[in-house]
Amino acid sequence: MHILLDLFLTFAKIGLFTFGGGYAMIAMIENTCVERKKWISHDEMMNVTVIAESTPGPIAINCATFTGYKKAGFPGAVAATLGIIVPSFVIVYLISMFLDHFLEVAIIANAFKGIKIAVGILILDAAITMIKKMPKKKLPRTIMVCSCIVMLCINLFTWNFSSISLMLIAAVVSLTIFVLSGARSEEDGAKK
Amino acid sequence: MIYLDLFLGFLKVGCFAFGGAYGAIPLIRDVVASYGWLGEEMLTYMIAVSESTPGPIMVNLATYVGSSQAGFLGAVIATLAVVLPSFLIILLVTALLKTASKNPYVQAILRGMKPCVIGIVLATGIYMVLGNCFGTLCAAAVNLQSIIMTVISAGSMLGYKHFAKKKLSPILLIVISAMAGAVVYGI
Repeated sequence: MHILLDLFLTFAKIGLFTFGGGYAMIAMIENTCVERKKWISHDEMMNVTVIAESTPGPIAINCATFTGYKKAGFPGAVAATLGIIVPSFVIVYLISMFLDHFLEVAIIANAFKGIKIAVGILILDAAITMIKKMPKKKLPRTIMVCSCIVMLCINLFTWNFSSISLMLIAAVVSLTIFVLSGARSEEDGAKK
Repeated sequence: MIYLDLFLGFLKVGCFAFGGAYGAIPLIRDVVASYGWLGEEMLTYMIAVSESTPGPIMVNLATYVGSSQAGFLGAVIATLAVVLPSFLIILLVTALLKTASKNPYVQAILRGMKPCVIGIVLATGIYMVLGNCFGTLCAAAVNLQSIIMTVISAGSMLGYKHFAKKKLSPILLIVISAMAGAVVYGI
């Protein structure tokens, strides 16, 4: 089979059968691309996971792009990335055409009200999991608490302030602290 | 123009969506609200649908919002826009700047952004759970059925964790809550 087609189909299969988002997909990609197809090595896979965590966007997409690029350059990256998107695109597109009609049925509308509660809890749970994994230091904790309070105010009082601006402020604060503390430790070094 | 708005809106989401799907949800809420595309209700329903369909949640949400606003073409544009930044960044990192992510200044920026994302996700979760039970600040109302539902959902999650010693899968929680919702809100 042509490599581009192989990349597309393999990632389409991964995209079709992994529920539960990013980390479930990484396991599938590891299993398929590292162990069975031997497209990339285990170390490369670990590296790309680390890079994926510090770059924006869905982790599964990052892994697909990377594997495709390693295997067949830019066209490979495109084929693998499209492969992982197309199945969910088709499914969600079909659902979007029918969701409004479904919601007219009373029992389904009630079921969705229940689902709405679950979504809130899932998001809260995701946040708690992230907090547990966070480095236990003063600066990240302070940033976390401050952003949480500001974001709550934004939601409650419908302030016109986007969460992206909030993230940029956090980046600037962290960078400033790093530069200032770096300058200080260099001075210390010079004195000695 | 709606296509351009969709493209730019989701490009922004794609550029700043650190921390996986849950990091992206507050951003998508932001963008959707600022353009007035969907009501809070529909977006929440769609988050659940995205969670229960295969594929990255961010991509599913983009497809849905795009399709609801501008049909098939809208769905394609929103989906490509949300994926484009991570696609380009990975290509850049692997092809050119292998050391960029190890640069201390880049590290310092990321060290600031990551906890901020966590704070934003936490605030979104708190706001949604409280909002379900007690309404918003300008339309406060205690909703008894939603409080019961919150107890059922959170209870089944914590109970499962306690007795089965592992996490209840999000899909299972959604199914349980859907069935409980059909009963509780139906009475």
